[in-house]
Amino acid sequence: MNRRPVFLITMLCFGFAFFYIPIISMMVYSFNGSRLATVWGGFSTKWYISLLSNRQVLKAVILSLEIAVLSATVATILGTMAGIAMARFKRFRGRTLFSGLVTAPLVMPEVITGIASLMLFILMAEYIGWPATRGFTTVTLAHITFSMVFVTTIVHSRLVQADEAIEEAAMDLGSRPWQVMKDITLPVISPAILSGWLLAFTISLDDVVITNFTTGPGTTTLPILIWSKVKLGVTPDINALATITVVIVGIGVFTAGWLLNRAEKRRELDIQLAYQANQ
Amino acid sequence: MSLSSRSASLRKWFNRRGWIKITIATPYIWLALFFLLPFVIVMAMSFATRTPTAPPFSFGGDYPVMNTDHYARLFSDDLYIRAYLNSIGNATFATLMCLLIGYPMALGLTRVSRSWRNVLLMLVILPFWTSFLLRVYAWMGLMGTNSWFNKLLTGAYNWIVPSDMALRYIPMMNTGFAVVLVTVYSYLPFMILPLYANLEKLDISLNEAAMDLGSKPFQVFRDVTLPLSVPGIIAGSLLVFIPASGELIIPSLVGSSSRPMIGRVISDEFASARDWPMASAVAVALLLLLVVPLMIYTYYDGKAHEKAQKEAT
Amino acid sequence: MSEPATNIGAKVAQFPRAAALAEKEPPFIRVEGVTKRFGSFTAVSSVNLEIRKGEIFSLLGGSGCGKTTLLRMLAGFEDPTEGRIFIDGQDMTDLPPYERPVNMMFQSYALFPHMTVEKNVAYGLKHMDMTASQRADRVREMLALVQLSDFSHRKPHQISGGQRQRVALARALAKQPKLLLLDEPLAALDKKLREATQFELMDIQDKTGTTFIVVTHDQEEAMTLSSRLAVMDKGRIMQTGTATEVYEYPNSKLVAGFIGSINFFDATIRGVRDEVATVDAPELGATVEARAIPGLTPGQQITLAIRPEKLTISRSKPEGPNAISGKVRDLAYFGKDSLYRIELPSGRVLSINSVNSRRVGENERVADWEDAVWLSFDPSSAILLKD
Repeated sequence: MNRRPVFLITMLCFGFAFFYIPIISMMVYSFNGSRLATVWGGFSTKWYISLLSNRQVLKAVILSLEIAVLSATVATILGTMAGIAMARFKRFRGRTLFSGLVTAPLVMPEVITGIASLMLFILMAEYIGWPATRGFTTVTLAHITFSMVFVTTIVHSRLVQADEAIEEAAMDLGSRPWQVMKDITLPVISPAILSGWLLAFTISLDDVVITNFTTGPGTTTLPILIWSKVKLGVTPDINALATITVVIVGIGVFTAGWLLNRAEKRRELDIQLAYQANQ
Repeated sequence: MSLSSRSASLRKWFNRRGWIKITIATPYIWLALFFLLPFVIVMAMSFATRTPTAPPFSFGGDYPVMNTDHYARLFSDDLYIRAYLNSIGNATFATLMCLLIGYPMALGLTRVSRSWRNVLLMLVILPFWTSFLLRVYAWMGLMGTNSWFNKLLTGAYNWIVPSDMALRYIPMMNTGFAVVLVTVYSYLPFMILPLYANLEKLDISLNEAAMDLGSKPFQVFRDVTLPLSVPGIIAGSLLVFIPASGELIIPSLVGSSSRPMIGRVISDEFASARDWPMASAVAVALLLLLVVPLMIYTYYDGKAHEKAQKEAT
Repeated sequence: MSEPATNIGAKVAQFPRAAALAEKEPPFIRVEGVTKRFGSFTAVSSVNLEIRKGEIFSLLGGSGCGKTTLLRMLAGFEDPTEGRIFIDGQDMTDLPPYERPVNMMFQSYALFPHMTVEKNVAYGLKHMDMTASQRADRVREMLALVQLSDFSHRKPHQISGGQRQRVALARALAKQPKLLLLDEPLAALDKKLREATQFELMDIQDKTGTTFIVVTHDQEEAMTLSSRLAVMDKGRIMQTGTATEVYEYPNSKLVAGFIGSINFFDATIRGVRDEVATVDAPELGATVEARAIPGLTPGQQITLAIRPEKLTISRSKPEGPNAISGKVRDLAYFGKDSLYRIELPSGRVLSINSVNSRRVGENERVADWEDAVWLSFDPSSAILLKD
């Protein structure tokens, strides 16, 4: 009864073709010598050279990375706190509202979050005077807010799976609640915290809509730069930029996957050896 | 002396309950300030009156406290009605397409060998980590009138239809079709991943039991796999439907300007027309129409789930 | 330390019908040279089995011995690499599970969580040629058989583990299969419930007359339930027989050690006369007599095996040939019997079970810690094993 699920395999092939044909096509055309983005004009790497010598692009990359690192770090701290609060503190005042607040940004259409944040920042500038202008600060604040809930989701689901008995064991052995958190809970959820940071980082690096609303003159992140260019149509240097992005992300994802896979295999082997040693 | 005793009592407070309070309050205050407050502002703004001042609104004047004109306009101006219908129609269609493509893919992922599965899962996740904007952009390259993809499709089309109906190219860019296609492309991983997570957890012995009791593979799928994957279908559909209905980037880049979409309408009212109250009213209506019902649903679904778990133990 | 199995299993497992049929009819289920390989790993290796109609047959073995794979081949979830499977004269080997007259009770029960108890039991019937009222009658009958009529509208998560087990049984029996496969049917139940359920299973089997094949790792369960059993190891069948045969006349060290507890000693044959072999057992510190097996030659290396309950303990040297001296190292009082651990002069430690047939106080027992004692056994109780 081990018949191959032919239909499912066909759908997988079709699906992956759908996923990757546009990306591969884009990568191929990044080496197009022609200025017309969709007509092949011979192999060339000139778009890469022009891209790497474009100061505007480099500035945007650096700005995006700064915002992403800063917002991901703050979002990870806040999101982890919220995840712990949701998973471990079963009863506190306003918990229902809190649980709504940590899930709503996940499903909120970005346009709405964008205009809501913008109105807040304009009114803050008007009535409090801080942040005085829109730019780095407002973009970072907005990014922290909508990426922290992704961290919360990851940390929360990890904590729910983790055995609470180990925390009780630590408490039983004389640790105070804060020490339990430091010695047991945080190490247990550290992989979740790491993936939360990576997710927050990527979300921030990728965001167009909310950034578009909350940014001000002079603060052009990479996605905003791309956005303003692609609105005018397909250009070969964006193909080159996209290719670089895909290659970097691909290497990152596959390295991470390979490391995880190796760690898992090693653990399985260890378990097997321990089992055999016990017999 | 007072300093050291104060720091000692501070440490004591921290060790007892303090850190718990800090853990709850810090993210709570942050979200209240930067997420909840903006929505309260949007709510209030939707009842304000547009003025040519900066910021461009005021309360009071001709309309004491609440100005409900904007909500009235939602129903009288057919721009808004068409925008809602277009957006919801597109999102529904895209969600169904994602389900039709994503379900067999997710099921297929649970059936391949483990080493293959890890690689394929990574290939599903990979586009998700690359830029959304660039993925939309990739299709702009494919759909253009001169692209190899368009030529390929045109060739196929001309080969099928009689020669007097032949086309020079297939108009894809700036159509409703383009919006749905790119939406499906962009959101497909959001359908596959929750479905896969759900299907992967299903006990394979349930399938075997159904087969053992006389069901052929398709009947097994219909009677066992499909009903048990409903939570995954719902989760995946929500993750596609909600962002797709408020989508701004895709209609702006590949959509037709004659087919208004709600995301663009909100953005245009706000940025181009500088009509904050109207933009807010459109946003609030979108929230009431989609997000609120879904959040209520998720809330009760979560409650029911907890209850079922309690009963089981 | 598990309590050695008593003969209760063998006594209860007197299936009048199975025993009567056993001799006359041709085998109902035939497994011919079945082998299953997963890549380079051989899970089941050239297994031959003949099972008669109405039997409860157990496949007994530790984890990874191939018993579950064999069961899954009978159900049709795995294709044999080699060999054929016949049920009631029909070749089943190439039939998919949904076309076999075989049903299975899964170890996890595999109840459909989204269906009520009633719907679960009815599920297999919808593929059968029956009217709706016949179907409803059958479901009612099945639920009555497993005493679950009051729970028909509950979902699986709303009933207890024992009830789930019975739903699984009712569901598997509803189609009146020619063969019912039970994968570790009692493993998920606690001890008390397990004992009650054993008898219930036998009762239901007797009522329906269905042939049962049970996979289990629990030797007591196998002995209580089955008319015959097969002991498996590393994909092979080591021995097939009734509980008594396998327990009292094991054909290998492995079977002897797997069923019940036993003491093994290295020994050398000195001579054989009148079905009795004289054996040198240096670890026992004596030359002893044991029932001979065919093909023994003087000087042959052999294993002498004695079950703990076959040994008698006494303070004074007993009459007869097989007397061994030792010292009490440890004793455990279980109520109905006691376990002694006796250290022999050679340093070997031996287990003895002694039934506490008389009521005696703390200081009156046969032997106490550090006491010097004598052990004896009947030559017919000693088992000689060649491997």
